[in-house]
Amino acid sequence: MFYRENGQYKTSYRADQQIFPISQDRIAIALILAFAFLAVPMLASDYLFRAILIPFLIFSLAAIGVNILVGYCGQISLGSGAFMAVGAYGAYNFFVRVPGMPLIPSLILGGLCATAFGILFGLPSLRVKGLYLAVATLAAQFFADWMFLRVKWFTNDSPSGSVSVSNLQVFGLPVETPMAKYLLCLSILVVIGLLAKNLVRSAIGREWMAIRDMDVAAAVIGIRPMYAKLSAFAVSSFIVGVAGALWGFVYLGAWEPAAFSVDQSFRLLFMVIIGGMGSIMGSFFGAAFIVILPIALNQALPLLGNLVGLEISTAGISHAELMIFGALIVWFLIVEPHGLAKLWSIGKQKLRLWPFPH
Amino acid sequence: MAFFLETLLGGLMAGMLYSLVALGFVLIFKASGVFNFAQGAMVLFAALAMARFAEWVPKWTGTSNTMVATALAFLMAGAVMFLVAWLIERLVLRHLVNQEGTTLLMATLGITYLLEGLGQTIFGSDIYKIDIGMPKEPIFMLEGMFPGGVLVNKEDVIAAAIAATLVAALSVFFQKTSTGRALRAVADDHQAAQSIGIPLNRIWVIVWCVAGIVALVAGMIWGSKLGVQFSLATVALRALPVVILGGLTSVPGAIIGGLIIGVGEKLSEVYLGPFVGGGIEIWFAYVLALVFLLFRPQGLFGEKIIDRV
Repeated sequence: MFYRENGQYKTSYRADQQIFPISQDRIAIALILAFAFLAVPMLASDYLFRAILIPFLIFSLAAIGVNILVGYCGQISLGSGAFMAVGAYGAYNFFVRVPGMPLIPSLILGGLCATAFGILFGLPSLRVKGLYLAVATLAAQFFADWMFLRVKWFTNDSPSGSVSVSNLQVFGLPVETPMAKYLLCLSILVVIGLLAKNLVRSAIGREWMAIRDMDVAAAVIGIRPMYAKLSAFAVSSFIVGVAGALWGFVYLGAWEPAAFSVDQSFRLLFMVIIGGMGSIMGSFFGAAFIVILPIALNQALPLLGNLVGLEISTAGISHAELMIFGALIVWFLIVEPHGLAKLWSIGKQKLRLWPFPH
Repeated sequence: MAFFLETLLGGLMAGMLYSLVALGFVLIFKASGVFNFAQGAMVLFAALAMARFAEWVPKWTGTSNTMVATALAFLMAGAVMFLVAWLIERLVLRHLVNQEGTTLLMATLGITYLLEGLGQTIFGSDIYKIDIGMPKEPIFMLEGMFPGGVLVNKEDVIAAAIAATLVAALSVFFQKTSTGRALRAVADDHQAAQSIGIPLNRIWVIVWCVAGIVALVAGMIWGSKLGVQFSLATVALRALPVVILGGLTSVPGAIIGGLIIGVGEKLSEVYLGPFVGGGIEIWFAYVLALVFLLFRPQGLFGEKIIDRV
């Protein structure tokens, strides 16, 4: 009833090609943004910022990056954790070694380091495909793990590879409180999310999708596979790298190479698959799901245990968490293999016809 | 020279164990097109079951003969793996027929978490020992040729022998039995196999079961060498380069790939490691596999990938 596009005539190409062609969508997005920028900082507690909102924003950003590579270009990557690590350590090196380096440029430079790394480890994709490529990208993961643990130069000669940053500032404003950190992450996410959304609906995005659907056919119609694949690796690893830098700088503050282990790569891939491959919106859903689920399980399980009169040990809870997490993922894949984004679009479709479906 | 030979032999022995894990991957991929990431978790699960049953069996039955207890524990762990295979087919794979490779891969990752959690909940999460009576003392070979001879672990030799026996038994099973022929038929073409009356679901249970047994043997050997603990699950990550190097669909590929990776890893660690700070084993295996893939994108023995528009 309320969600109709009837009567919204497009009179120019500009109007026809905008990101949200339906005016209700535009209003909803504007409301969400206003809520996120204005209402959330006033309402949320420090715990909410630190445990849920900031990880959610950073992981959404990373999931967008991974989604570009996996969902749009069809190159399965298990090395996203490595791109995050390169972004974080790259940004760290610029931040610490160059005197007076501001935060934002060092984040961007960290992202560019990840881009170079991503292109390097994307080279095999020109020759190797599918599951072989997925395993091959693990090379990036293990190489990065090793590099930041053993090559002392990258970690500013700290013995265990652990580094820390302090005194973060953006345009002279300190980024110390959880709220400031939240706003910083949110702004970066909005900017990069908008860029990514526009990128995937431009010519290059269509090239990626053609490569994903069938690379030989794409090559036949004149798409350069090398350019398309490597550009997907470059863009994806830049975004993932910036997310990694934010994860290190803003969320962790002090970190070591283990923060970007292969588990992180799997988690990012889960976000993309559960959220929906080839959907920017899906990245947000996936990130929310993966960030909130462990916390919810952690809170709910002891309560449930008390309810049935069982005292569950901490180890028991962590094992139960693992099991439920695994079972939920399997269940999700069976029920909705196309991810939460698919449910979202089904919901929207239903809403259009509501309350008189045919 | 003797040192080089020792390293080489050590690499071959380690490679044999990688092959065992890789074999589980290949069997399942061939028969059902599922890239089974849970193989490592299955190894952990099987080893945990075996270790704990070996502890519990003497308590339950009162037998004091360790041989009998170990054999019983092995059988019971095998039964558990059969149950796991059946449940996975029943609850997961059956519902995911015709899904994309990525979705199936993710589903097995979910199974990985499930098995890791379940195994540790049922069997406990400490470090356990499996004792299958393997001698630990080293032997020296070729003492006539090199001063001091070449040091070989007896344990490794026995492990390699067990692995080789298992591989031989599997190839007989695949070549000579009617079930084996059915498995190969399914691997070649699901639809054709189904149309001549091969029950796909049962075949999948059998394949996962065989992979479970392979995981059990691998877990037993690794477990008796290094103890059964959570890190056993990461053995899958060590075996992945083997799988892609040999080819996802080739059993001999898994064996030869394992040997190449095992030797490459050990030699690189010993001769190249000191120059770059050590600890390069893991990524070197992947890079080695990548180098091979650049020349043969489908792995050494994999089926040639033919793309048609």
